[in-house]
Amino acid sequence: MKYPDNLLYSKSHEWLQELEDGSVLIGITAYAAEQMGGVVYVDLPEADDEAELGESFAEAESVKAVSEIISPVSGVISVVNQDLEDQPNLLNDSPYDAWIVRVSDVSEREELMDAAAYEAFVAE
Amino acid sequence: MVLHTPLYDRHVQLGGKMVAYAGYELPVEYPAGLVAEHLAVRQQAGLFDVSHMGEFTLRGAGALAWLNNTFTNAFDSLKPGRVRYTLLCNENGGCLDDLIVYCVSRDHYVLVVNAANRAKDYAWLCEHLTEDVTLDDVSDHIALLALQGPQSAAALAQISEGELPTRNYSFAEDVRVCGKSCWVARTGYTGEYGFEIFLKPADAELVWDSLLAVVNESGEQFVSACGLGARDTLRLEAGMPLYGHEMTDAVNPLEAGLEFAVKLDKEFIGRDAIRDSVPVQRKRVGLRVLDKGIVREDAELYVGDTLVGRTTSGTFAPHLEAAIAMGLVNTESSAIGTVLEAQVRKRRLRAEVVELPFYKANK
Repeated sequence: MKYPDNLLYSKSHEWLQELEDGSVLIGITAYAAEQMGGVVYVDLPEADDEAELGESFAEAESVKAVSEIISPVSGVISVVNQDLEDQPNLLNDSPYDAWIVRVSDVSEREELMDAAAYEAFVAE
Repeated sequence: MVLHTPLYDRHVQLGGKMVAYAGYELPVEYPAGLVAEHLAVRQQAGLFDVSHMGEFTLRGAGALAWLNNTFTNAFDSLKPGRVRYTLLCNENGGCLDDLIVYCVSRDHYVLVVNAANRAKDYAWLCEHLTEDVTLDDVSDHIALLALQGPQSAAALAQISEGELPTRNYSFAEDVRVCGKSCWVARTGYTGEYGFEIFLKPADAELVWDSLLAVVNESGEQFVSACGLGARDTLRLEAGMPLYGHEMTDAVNPLEAGLEFAVKLDKEFIGRDAIRDSVPVQRKRVGLRVLDKGIVREDAELYVGDTLVGRTTSGTFAPHLEAAIAMGLVNTESSAIGTVLEAQVRKRRLRAEVVELPFYKANK
């Protein structure tokens, strides 16, 4: 399945997974990865950085362009997926395993779509 | 108004992602993607529709003298069947365009100019014509394909009759491709062995389709359709300048590192200004990014806190698998081995001045 049912989706093509402790994982969707083409570098934030709703927290560079990755929540970045430093192509190869950050202490969250709504959104 | 080349329908049928470029709608990439297209040219063969390029014919008894007086390069030694690169400069020595001159005979030449500059060039050249030459813009009557890559000769030989040119920067007028009369030139913009094929617009689809359909001994197709994206990364990897980036009307050809195409020992428009600029205060350099990240066009370049220049192009080079850029920098910071810092958003990335080209084919 291109857009897993257990995730929520933003209009700027990030996915969000809710974890049991109230924190969330954030990554980019298969659609975003496909639009970008092969990602060759990810400019990652650092742990303890703040994530702000609607603001960029990381950048993914492909040959074609640089794309900002927008946080759908406000909170504190508690863990950064360091694997992406050496293997940025994980964003293309397995976008739903390749979470970028884990955000804790989530204080606000934008309205997100479920898989069916997101699939309809990208089909427009 | 948006213009279409004769191959517009083919690009759409192949799933090309169409973008506006120099007034035309052209494919930036096909579904295979920019990186795959780039590598296809380095490893096998790629086919580009470059019909948007401008072509002018120059005829008349004064053609040779006019070329010498108008352009930076010298043409006395250019024989029929041969091709020469040159710049067109204004009186201040700034570059108006770079172009390729094909010699049919000493009173008949064809000029191939950048699509975005076609109207500007034609108007400017017409203002500077002498009585013994005529110049015609024949761009709309010519389709142009670029077939580039180590296997391009093998592909073209399968569907052509007549001897293909082998020498770089030469061309043949008597080749038939798919039975159609074409010019075939050993020119290109990728740094790879390859050809450019001039043909009638009505023949473009047939030749395009036939080249993409060519197969090797194993029955596999080996010519890939390539878009503008790969054309740009290929030329950048090969260290070739692009008008509007490495050179503009505010950059002279010596600053752009194109002295091989500038003959200061003869009269031409802009000569005095270019001569007076020696030694030039800034130079085009190649940069290899040492830190992780990509430096793109128009990034500021620093030594410490001092701004020493800007990048003019930059990308992640798919074949070299490295971030590379070209830039215009102050001459004192342009020596090979100098490490500059490029401002990329909030970060400074170290970039070392390296020899151009970044990539050279074994051709």
